[in-house]
Amino acid sequence: MIEGFLKEQQTLEGDLNSDTSHKSSVEYLINWFRRRSIFVLAYGTGCGAIEMPPTFTSRYDAERLGIRGAATPRQADVIIVSGYCSYKTLRRIIRTYEQMSNPKYLLALGSCTVNGGMYWDSYNTIKKLEDYLPVDMYVNGCMPRPESILEGFIALQKEIADGKASSWEKYEENYEFYRKNQEAVLGKKVSPEYETNWYLYDGGV
Amino acid sequence: MILFDLFLILLIAYSVGFLYYGLYRNITARFQRRFGPPITQSFYDSIKFFSKEDSTSHGWMFYLGPIIMMTGAITTLFFIPFFYDRADFRGLSDYGNLFVVLYLLVVGPLGNALGVGVSGNPFAVMGVTRGLSRLFAMELPFYIAVIALISINQSADIATIASNQHETINAIAYPLLFIPALFAFIGMMGQSPFDVVGAPVEVYSGPAAEFSGKFLALLMSQGAIFSFAKLVLMVNLFLGGASGFMELLLKTFLLFLFVIAFGSLYGRFKTPQSIDFLLKVPTVIAIVGLILATWS
Repeated sequence: MIEGFLKEQQTLEGDLNSDTSHKSSVEYLINWFRRRSIFVLAYGTGCGAIEMPPTFTSRYDAERLGIRGAATPRQADVIIVSGYCSYKTLRRIIRTYEQMSNPKYLLALGSCTVNGGMYWDSYNTIKKLEDYLPVDMYVNGCMPRPESILEGFIALQKEIADGKASSWEKYEENYEFYRKNQEAVLGKKVSPEYETNWYLYDGGV
Repeated sequence: MILFDLFLILLIAYSVGFLYYGLYRNITARFQRRFGPPITQSFYDSIKFFSKEDSTSHGWMFYLGPIIMMTGAITTLFFIPFFYDRADFRGLSDYGNLFVVLYLLVVGPLGNALGVGVSGNPFAVMGVTRGLSRLFAMELPFYIAVIALISINQSADIATIASNQHETINAIAYPLLFIPALFAFIGMMGQSPFDVVGAPVEVYSGPAAEFSGKFLALLMSQGAIFSFAKLVLMVNLFLGGASGFMELLLKTFLLFLFVIAFGSLYGRFKTPQSIDFLLKVPTVIAIVGLILATWS
C-alpha cells in the first residue's frame, strides 16, 4: 500500500491523466439520466438515519431532484452510511453494498465516518470508513441537517454527470486492500455463507 | 400496414403510459403538499435502469418472468381498439374479442409469479401470493359487470360495445355495473386501498424485490404500457369510447386522475380486508346490476 507523499503524487498524476473532455455523447447522455434518477437504499446505520425521513418526505422533498427511496439493494443506486458504524453493522453494510448492482455510490454522513468522530476510541466501531468501503461523497457535521444531505446529493449528482463518481470501479480494482481491512476487524468470514433456501427452515416462511 | 399500426400503438402506449406515471407521481406529491418530480421522471428512471448491470441470477425461468409480463401487456394492448369508428389504431381487435382480452389480462401476472417463485426471495413470494389472491377477488366483480355488458349489447366486440353508447354512456346507464368495475379497476391499477402487492413497508417492493437493472426497467415499461391498455379498455367499456386522440387522452386521463385521487385519499387495506371487501361489496352490487340489466 502506498502512503503519504507517494500516494499524493499518484493522485495528482491520476488527475492529470484522466481526460473527461473527450467523452462520447452516449456516455454523456447515460450519465445525465443517472444523475436525474437516484434510488437510495432505505437503510440507516447510525444516529444519522433520523435525518433521512425529513429529507425524503414533504418537508424537504428530495423527490423533486429525482432522489427517492428503494426498498431492496437490488434496485438501489446509493447507500447512505449515516454515522458511526459498529463492527456488527459494518458486516451488514458490506453484505448490502456487494448486493447492489453497478454503478453504485456510497454517501457517508457525519464526522464518524470521516475519522471516528466522538467514537474515536470506541472498542467496537470503525474509525475511517474509507478503509473498508469506497466513499463517493462525505457530508460532514454531527449530524448533518437535511439541507446538508441534499447539498451532498447535489454534489454527488454533479460528479455522476461528469463521470467522476466511480467508486465501484475503485472497489473492484483494489478489492484485496479493502478485503484485508475488512478481515482485520471482522475475521476471515466477512459475509455469511449464502444459502438459497434458508427461509424454508427454522421458523421461516 | 398492420405492422406499422401496431408499432404506432405500442409507441403511443409507451410514451403516454410513462407520461401518466410521471403525472401520477407529480399529482401525488401535490396531494402531500410537496413539489414532486418532473413528469418525465419515470422516463429517466427506466432509462437509468436499462443502463445498469444485472447483479442477480436465479436461472432462466427467473429471467422469463418479466418477459412474459411484457408479452402479456403488449398483446393485451394490441387486442383493444383505440377508437370505435376509425379504421386505423384497431390493432388486432378484429381477430379477438373481449374474452381474449380478459384472458390476456391475467397472463402477465401468472407468468411473473412463475419467475418470482424461482428466485426464492420470501418477500417477493409473499408479494406474488398477495397479488394472485387479490387478482381472483378483483376478477369476480369485473367479470360479472363485463358479462352483463356483453349480454346487453349481444356482442363481445369491444368496438361494438363502445359504439353502442352513443346516447348515454354505460357508466350513467348502468351505474350498478360501473361502480363494481371501477372498484376492481382501482385494484388493477395497484392503487390504495388495494395496493397490497408492492406495499413498501410490509413486503418491500413485493414481486419486483429480486429484479435489478434491465429486468426492473422491463417491469416498469410493462407497467406503463399495461396501465394505458387497461385505461383504454375501461374507457371503451363504460365511458363511451373515443373517436379521436383528444377524446381518448381526455377520458383516459380523467379516469386516471380519479384513480390517483381515490388512492391518495385512502390508506391501505390489509390483504384479507381487501379480498373480503372486493368479494362482498362490489360483487354484490355487480350481481344486483346484472339481474336488473338482464330483466329490463
